Amino acid sequence: MSEGISQPDQPQALEGEGKDLFSKFDDVIALREGLLSSGQEDPFNLVMEKVLSPTRAICNGRDTILLGTYNYMGMTFDPDVVEAGKQALSDFGTGTTGSRVLNGTYQGHKEVEQALMDFYEMDHAMVFSTGYQANLGIISTIAGKGDYIVLDIDSHASIWDGCALGQAEVVPFKHNDIEAMEKRLKRIPEGAGKLVILEGVYSMLGDVAPLKEMVAVAKKYGAMVLVDEAHSMGFIGENGRGVVEDAGVIDDVDFIIGTFSKSVGTVGGFCVSNHPKFEIMRLVCRPYVFTASLPPSVVATACTSIRKLMHGSNKRAHLWENSKALHKGLKDLGFKLGTEEPQSAIIAVIMPDLQQGAAMWEALIQGGLYVNLARPPATPANMTLLRCSLCAEHSEEEVGEILSIFEKAGKQVGII
Amino acid sequence: MDRAEVDTKIRSLIEPFNKKGIAVMDETTFQNDLEFDSLTVMDFVAEIEDEFDIIISMNQQAEIENYGQLVDAVTKLQAD
Repeated sequence: MSEGISQPDQPQALEGEGKDLFSKFDDVIALREGLLSSGQEDPFNLVMEKVLSPTRAICNGRDTILLGTYNYMGMTFDPDVVEAGKQALSDFGTGTTGSRVLNGTYQGHKEVEQALMDFYEMDHAMVFSTGYQANLGIISTIAGKGDYIVLDIDSHASIWDGCALGQAEVVPFKHNDIEAMEKRLKRIPEGAGKLVILEGVYSMLGDVAPLKEMVAVAKKYGAMVLVDEAHSMGFIGENGRGVVEDAGVIDDVDFIIGTFSKSVGTVGGFCVSNHPKFEIMRLVCRPYVFTASLPPSVVATACTSIRKLMHGSNKRAHLWENSKALHKGLKDLGFKLGTEEPQSAIIAVIMPDLQQGAAMWEALIQGGLYVNLARPPATPANMTLLRCSLCAEHSEEEVGEILSIFEKAGKQVGII
Repeated sequence: MDRAEVDTKIRSLIEPFNKKGIAVMDETTFQNDLEFDSLTVMDFVAEIEDEFDIIISMNQQAEIENYGQLVDAVTKLQAD
């Protein structure tokens, strides 16, 4: 599940009426107009006029603490990372203007792939232009017509879109339900190709998957396993390799998908794998071939950032402290949270409904705090959520400040 | 199991999901008449899959709009 603000992750077929092809969006237009007509500040049209640091920005004219970015490790202003980007911009220019398989592979692309292989201690790494494309490309290429994909119902939009593009048989199971997953694997016809897709951290509620058990079940039925670790890279696991590392199953998964747009602090996506035939993907994976490669400055910043994340254990420890402090503080204030215990850097505050969620979001932004408003149908069980994502650069004092803004806003809106 | 038996089984399975107590006929659609959202569909499909020990993939679900089509599909799947 993801940041799709007004649409579910799982694609839906909408039917239009009449000649205007836009008529299928009338419901969404009405919902949005209804929300804004009450004078509500638009939660989906925020502009950051200045970004002061990984945790501060001037948003809609106000000095704001950022608690809704995916800048978990705070690498966006790291001096070494910024310098590497500037150097690559001067040395290699602004862009590659070409596909990775033609003129779009520079020294920097090979270097960032080597950094990923070193980071994960894996044999192969393939870098895509975005995380979305990494899932889209890998899934659609390896699971085709006649193959079966068994996946969690709360999967991210890029996973669903990859399934649809590849035309495999798609079999979802209830979120994090090991038994439901096993039942479905058991029923797949003999001889069919099987791919199980899981996420380390699910981004809506910030809960983690029981990967130790799930990966074992998948292997028992001879399925290949792909795990999306977008929200855990750099933070979870002893070396920041994700929930797969923390659960001790990194050697049993076939593919790890990740992104540069969260802990790494720039943009891009990747897949790492030990599959002996993995390199052929570069020639057969359409979302890799038919798009321009990342600009040299982006791969240079990503490479430097990934290498620094290998030595980020102090930052990881501080981020855990922040996550625990915020979770406990919000719980003590009387807010309802998405998980009983903090499981990741995401803490979801459950709102009674969209109206009060939007009012709460507005009270927070006016108090100088930015969080993500997530609403149905992008959320599990049609919940309205205020999603808080912490950064290793949030200080202890800032977490305290965040809690007092939440307290004031919560009382003002009447939620606590 | 023949179509009539499958129909009886599914009729009992659909009951807890039929919140408004709509009379279910072959033409009854899941989306418009029964107003199933995606989560309800998942739970309902899981019940049927477990009962008949079959898989109804999402690709197959996309072809099923009404109750009669579901009974036909399950009758065929469980016979295979």
